Amino acid sequence: MPAPSPVVELRDVSKVYPATAKGGTDVVAIDKVSLTIDAGDVYGIIGYSGAGKSTLVRLVNALERSTSGEILINGQDIARLPERELRPVRLGIGMIFQQFNLLGSRTVAGNVGYPLEVAGQTKPARRARVAEMLDFVGLSDKARAYPDQLSGGQKQRVGIARALASQPGILLADEATSALDPETTHEVLDLLARVNKEFGVTIIVITHEMDVIQTIATKVAVMDQGRVIERGDVFDVFSNPQQPASARFVSTVVKGLPSPAELAVLRGRHTGRLVTLAFRDSSVDQARVFGEFAAAGVTFEVVYGGINEIQGRSFGHLTLALAAPGAQDATGDAAIDAALDRVRTHTTVTEVR
Amino acid sequence: MDSLMTLLPELWIAAGETLYIVGLTLFFGGIGGLLVGLGLYLTRAGSILANRPVFVVLNLLVNIVRPIPFIIFLAAAQPLARVVVGTGIGNAAIIFTISLAASFAMGRIVEQNLLTVTPGVIEAARSVGAGPARIIFTVLLPEALGPLILGYTFIFVALVDMSAVAGYVGGGGLGNFALLYGYRQFNPVVTWAAVLLIIVFVQLVQFFGNWLARKAFRR
Repeated sequence: MPAPSPVVELRDVSKVYPATAKGGTDVVAIDKVSLTIDAGDVYGIIGYSGAGKSTLVRLVNALERSTSGEILINGQDIARLPERELRPVRLGIGMIFQQFNLLGSRTVAGNVGYPLEVAGQTKPARRARVAEMLDFVGLSDKARAYPDQLSGGQKQRVGIARALASQPGILLADEATSALDPETTHEVLDLLARVNKEFGVTIIVITHEMDVIQTIATKVAVMDQGRVIERGDVFDVFSNPQQPASARFVSTVVKGLPSPAELAVLRGRHTGRLVTLAFRDSSVDQARVFGEFAAAGVTFEVVYGGINEIQGRSFGHLTLALAAPGAQDATGDAAIDAALDRVRTHTTVTEVR
Repeated sequence: MDSLMTLLPELWIAAGETLYIVGLTLFFGGIGGLLVGLGLYLTRAGSILANRPVFVVLNLLVNIVRPIPFIIFLAAAQPLARVVVGTGIGNAAIIFTISLAASFAMGRIVEQNLLTVTPGVIEAARSVGAGPARIIFTVLLPEALGPLILGYTFIFVALVDMSAVAGYVGGGGLGNFALLYGYRQFNPVVTWAAVLLIIVFVQLVQFFGNWLARKAFRR
C-alpha cells in the first residue's frame, strides 16, 4: 500500500498579531506549528479556549494569513498567495462553523448553492447539485425554507451541505457541534463520518469537546498556548497522554482515574493497600491479573475504575483495594508485594498513597 | 378659513414641491449614504477592505458635517452648490445641499445597520472564495436589508425637516408655504394645514417603510 499523501501540511507556521498599544508586546497566536494531515484523515485538534485552534484552522483556508512558515494544500504553498488567487483554493476547502453562519436572506437551497455561484456554475448545474446535497443531508423537504425556520441540527446540516457543494477534498469543522445538544451532536457527527467515508473528504475538526474526537477522529493534535504539544493516533493520546495539558483534557472524558477528592474518600473507606492498574487493549490482561492475585492468595475489591472504547480498542484503569487474609504477617505486605511484582511484568501498576 | 380656501392651489403646488424635493434627495442622498456607509463599514479595522487612512478621513468628515445645523450648512455649502449644480438658489440648490447633508447622516445609519450583519456570515462567504464585491451585493446588503429599509424610512423624516427651510434659498415646498402664507401673515390656520399635510406624508411613508421592512425580515 502506498504511503498516504499529505493533503494539508504546515511547516513551521507562526501567526503573530502585532501589539495594539504602543509599548505592548506582540501576541503569538500560533507558534511554529508543523502538522501533517493525510488524505482521508479525520484529524481532531483539541485544546482549551485561546489555545489557537480557531486561528490554526483558519490558516488552512487563508481566512487568516500566517506570519511565517509554509502552508501546503495538496502540495501547493498558499501562505504567500495573494487574495485573488485564493478563490480556487478555497473552493477546494469546505468549512462549517459553530454558529452555522447561514445567509438569513436566502433559502436553504440558496445557501447550499452559494459556493456554486461563486464558482460560476450554471443555474441547471447548481440546481442539480443542490438537490443532491440536500438529499445527502436529509433536508430535501426544506429546500425552500429559510434558516430561521430550522432547528440547530438542521442548520448545521445545511452548513455541511453548503460546505460540500463545490466537492471540496477538505472540510474544516470549527466547533461544529458546540452549539448543539448531545443528541443532535451525534446526528451531526454521524453525518461527518459519512462525509469522510462516502466522499473520502479529509476532515479537520477543532473542538473542546473530547467526545467529538472520541467519536469520529482518527488522529488528534493537542494545542496549548499556540503550540501543538502532542499529536498521534487518538487511541494513543487518549490511553497514554504524555503532556500534563493533554492528560487534563483526556481526563474530562476518560473515566477511570479517581480525582484527589475521590481518592480521599476511598482512602477513608479502605484501610488496606490501594493500587491502580492501567490496561490497554486489555481484556486478556485483566483476566491474567485477577488470576495472579487469586493464585497468590491476595483478595481484591474493585473500588474505582472505567474501561473506555475508542475506535474498537479499549483501555482503562482499575483501582483495587488489596488484602491477603491467609498471610503470615499481619498486613500481608509480603504476599501482596510478590503478587504485584508478577503483575508488573506485563501491566502498569501505580501504588496509591 | 376662507384665506386657506383661496390658498388651496398654492398649498397643492407646495405639497408637490415637497414631494419632489424629498423624493429626489431620498434618491441622491440615499445613494450617497449607501456609499459613505459602505466606505465606513468596509475600511474599518478588521473588515474586508480595512484601510485606516481612508476610514479616519471618512469618519472625520461624517463627524464634522453631521452636527452642523442644516440651515447653517445650507448657507455654508452655497458656493459648492453653485459649482456642482450651477446655482446657489432655488430647488436645484436645495436638492443638492440636502442630498449632501443626508449622505453623511445616512452614511452613519447605513454603517450601523451593516454592523448588525454577523461577521461569521461574511467569513462563511469568504471561505467559499467570494471576493469583496460579491460579498457586498450577495451578503452584506441582502442580510442588512430589513434594518436598511427602516433606516431609510427614518431618514425620510429628516429630509422633510430639512426641506422646510428651502425657502431661505428661494426653494419651495410646504415649509416655505407655511412661513410665507401662515407665519408672516399671522394666519395660523394656513400653517396648521401645512403641518397636517406633512404629518400625513410622514405617516404614510412610515407605514410603507414598516411594511417593506417586515417583508424583508420575514425571510
